Amino acid sequence: MKKQRRIHEFKPGSVFYACLIYLFLYLPIFVVIAFSFNTSKMNITFEGFTLEWYGRMFENRQLMQSFFNTIIVAGVSTVISVIIGTLCALGLYKFEFKLKNVLSSSLYIPIVIPELVFAIALLIFFTSLNVSMNMATLIISHVTFSMPFVVITVRARLAGFDRSIEEAARDLGANEFRTFMRVTLPMISPGVLSGGMLALTMSLDDVVVSFFTAGPESTTLPLKILGMVRKGVSPDVNALSTLMIVGTIVILLTSTIIQGRLERKM
Amino acid sequence: MIKSFKKHLGILGTVGPTVLWLALFLLIPLIYVIGISFLTKNAYGGVDFTVTLSNYVSLFQSEYGKVFADSLWLSLETTVICLLVGYPFAYIIANAPKKWKPFLVLLLMLPFWTNSLIRTYGWNTLLRTEGIINHFLQWLGVIERPLEMLYTDGAVLLGMVYALLPFTVLPIHTSIEKLDPSLLEAAGDLGAGKVHVFTRVILPLTMPGIFAGSIQTFIPSLGFFFISDMMGGAKTMYIGNLIKNQFLSARNWPLGAVLSIVLIVITLILMRLYTRVGSLEDMA
Amino acid sequence: MEQTRDKVIISLKDVDKSFEDERVVKRLNLEVEEGEFLTMLGPSGCGKTTTLRMIAGFEYPTSGQIFLEGVDVEGRKPNERDVNTVFQNYALFPHMNVFDNIAFGLVEKKVKKDEIRRRVEEMIKLVRLDGLEKRMPSQMSGGQKQRVAIARALVNQPKVLLLDEPLGALDLKLRKQMQVELKHLQKQLGITFIYVTHDQEEALTMSDRIAVMNRGNLEQVGTPEEIYNHPETKFVADFIGESNIIEGYIEEMDEDAIWVTMESGKARIGEKGYRLEEMVYLCVRPENLKLSTEPVEGFRFRGQVREHIFVGSINKTMIELPNGQMLKAETPAEDELIPVGTVVNVYWNSGKVVVMRTTEEQIYNVIEQSVEIEGMTNDQIF
Repeated sequence: MKKQRRIHEFKPGSVFYACLIYLFLYLPIFVVIAFSFNTSKMNITFEGFTLEWYGRMFENRQLMQSFFNTIIVAGVSTVISVIIGTLCALGLYKFEFKLKNVLSSSLYIPIVIPELVFAIALLIFFTSLNVSMNMATLIISHVTFSMPFVVITVRARLAGFDRSIEEAARDLGANEFRTFMRVTLPMISPGVLSGGMLALTMSLDDVVVSFFTAGPESTTLPLKILGMVRKGVSPDVNALSTLMIVGTIVILLTSTIIQGRLERKM
Repeated sequence: MIKSFKKHLGILGTVGPTVLWLALFLLIPLIYVIGISFLTKNAYGGVDFTVTLSNYVSLFQSEYGKVFADSLWLSLETTVICLLVGYPFAYIIANAPKKWKPFLVLLLMLPFWTNSLIRTYGWNTLLRTEGIINHFLQWLGVIERPLEMLYTDGAVLLGMVYALLPFTVLPIHTSIEKLDPSLLEAAGDLGAGKVHVFTRVILPLTMPGIFAGSIQTFIPSLGFFFISDMMGGAKTMYIGNLIKNQFLSARNWPLGAVLSIVLIVITLILMRLYTRVGSLEDMA
Repeated sequence: MEQTRDKVIISLKDVDKSFEDERVVKRLNLEVEEGEFLTMLGPSGCGKTTTLRMIAGFEYPTSGQIFLEGVDVEGRKPNERDVNTVFQNYALFPHMNVFDNIAFGLVEKKVKKDEIRRRVEEMIKLVRLDGLEKRMPSQMSGGQKQRVAIARALVNQPKVLLLDEPLGALDLKLRKQMQVELKHLQKQLGITFIYVTHDQEEALTMSDRIAVMNRGNLEQVGTPEEIYNHPETKFVADFIGESNIIEGYIEEMDEDAIWVTMESGKARIGEKGYRLEEMVYLCVRPENLKLSTEPVEGFRFRGQVREHIFVGSINKTMIELPNGQMLKAETPAEDELIPVGTVVNVYWNSGKVVVMRTTEEQIYNVIEQSVEIEGMTNDQIF
């Protein structure tokens, strides 16, 4: 087979260019992390190494609150998205019904329209119902934009499998519920996992939607930072951001590895 | 009939929650936006139920015209720069040795996974007048006095390109990956030089990726108000900030609603153009 | 014709199946005997797979009944039927290894752990997969996957094993080998097999009986020998093996023979029970078609030799009739060839021609075209 004849080796020019882009992508992240270890209170020059800010950040109650809010919102909205998104994907796979196409295209609305638009739509909606912004409105908003990603990811997984596998389970004596538990669910699990990770990433990354749908008590860490930037940010924010960056990367890397294992087995 | 009842129950139980959710928290809110765009703002920052078209008429005030022009121009600049910078990058990753490829893609995804505001904040730190880059350049002796980098239009553009580059690169990378290498060989075999192989074979075949990447860069860039907030210092007003202000400081919700509808219309037009060449599935 | 018949294990009574407006199975009546290897043969879209799926319980008949050991299985789900299926694409559970795949049905039946182990291992030996218990389906070849699929079904000791083109995805050599293995397995276990295929050679080599289907109709059921030598319809004659099919009508009749006039000649055939002027098809297998330079009694049927094709052990000779129709004759390679261009007399030995009525077929077509007349069978029309 001479299928892969493309020259797969690094050319010096390419390497240099790629390194430059990666540097561009990572530079600000390194800066945030580096200054979390800086003895100076100002994010200007690196004066010396310290872990002081990692202790100090716990004293900043508002900051910690915003950090926990971020985690809670991400966690809860991911769980809700995964459950109703997976159910929806299964329904779209199993059943034929009127307006099925309408539903599947509506799922793309939150994906394609600018977040800002439905952020203010939700703001108007909640306000007109006299609901003041709190954790619940924040979670609801996050589910709205992350759930379609779960549906699409799980659906893509379902589309790839042979219906006769489920039939085989029925044929071998499993009822509908047992078939779902023993065959369908394990088979879509990589899709569910990657959909969930996508939802988690979207939620952790979000600024625009949270900006409008979070209340004073439910500020998230990014919002907190946005509010502080003008006045200058203290290094304990860097410490907490570093924690969040590292935490996210660790969780997502782990799940990518798990997902890879699951898929490779099948 | 029992069977069809069971089927209906099945549909309701699976698709139902999503339909309900989208109707309640997406469709109805969007209808609210349309509704409120026809109402009048009152003195207390709320709305009166007096139907009017004046909000739409006010769109044509010259100050808003400038905001739209500036925003679309910024988004266009962002998209073009992302394409120019991102295409070769995507090409390099797609043609990297097999062993390295997954790692390089992962390396591209990692910053994507971390909060964009925190990353923009990193740039803010870097670009400050008393920030690292200025210090570094002064230390080198390249400049005498610190440059004004932050809170300029250039800084906003940088922030936009930074936040959106992965959205451009990933679809292009996917479409380059799909290229059948034998096509390139065939083109070479038929006498096409390197430039022609690129312009006549590679470029046309990766067009779907280029379109998907452009759309995914252009549309979100219209709404990223926090980037201009953090990097631009409100010297130039963009549509995202304008909308935000209508809801927070100016308290003119009807106008904000009209501006959002303009954003939706722009999005719909772009999507319409896009679906002629690509499919929605490529967007996710 | 009352024979000492074996026990009927599956019987289909007037089974009809429509999808939307398309009628894919039409009033099917079929009985399958215990321990037999029955093949449902037909081109794709003839309704054979749908029939199999109705027996398995994946589809329900639009009307008619299916009996399993004399009991109507209407409304019973696949998991409530004592039949198991081997699927076309194997349908192995991708997340389970060989052992767990085979054990699936036994786990559902809540069989005790050590018995599961014993029975699965026995099965693994039977299909010669020893040592592969821990393999995942993605790590196996097509032939191995097929064995797992068969073992997974057989371990449940079904009354009937349904096989839906199980060898379709394998290459020719492996397919031939698996055909022999499957036949062997069936003999050894004595389980009834209902086997669906579009491959006539496969059907002829493996089956005890063949049911030929076409466009939702059961054309003929019989042993491979009956199907091959005595096709009852033009479709069967055409579909199974190679045939020369010549249209004609009955011009004359006497006590023990008919004269059939064709566009290109006449032939006397020792058959009875036809009407004068009736349209018929004559079906002659290429190996039964004889050529002679001398006139043959009972035949006034001539053609011109056009081409000889040497195919190893035999020669194929193409003969063109005056109306342009081409006939095929096969002769042993060592026989002397008649030179190309020679005008020859075409004939066959008595008993080597099958006469088929055409009216039935024509009326059938009329019924098909005009909206289906519900509740009317062929027998009622005649």
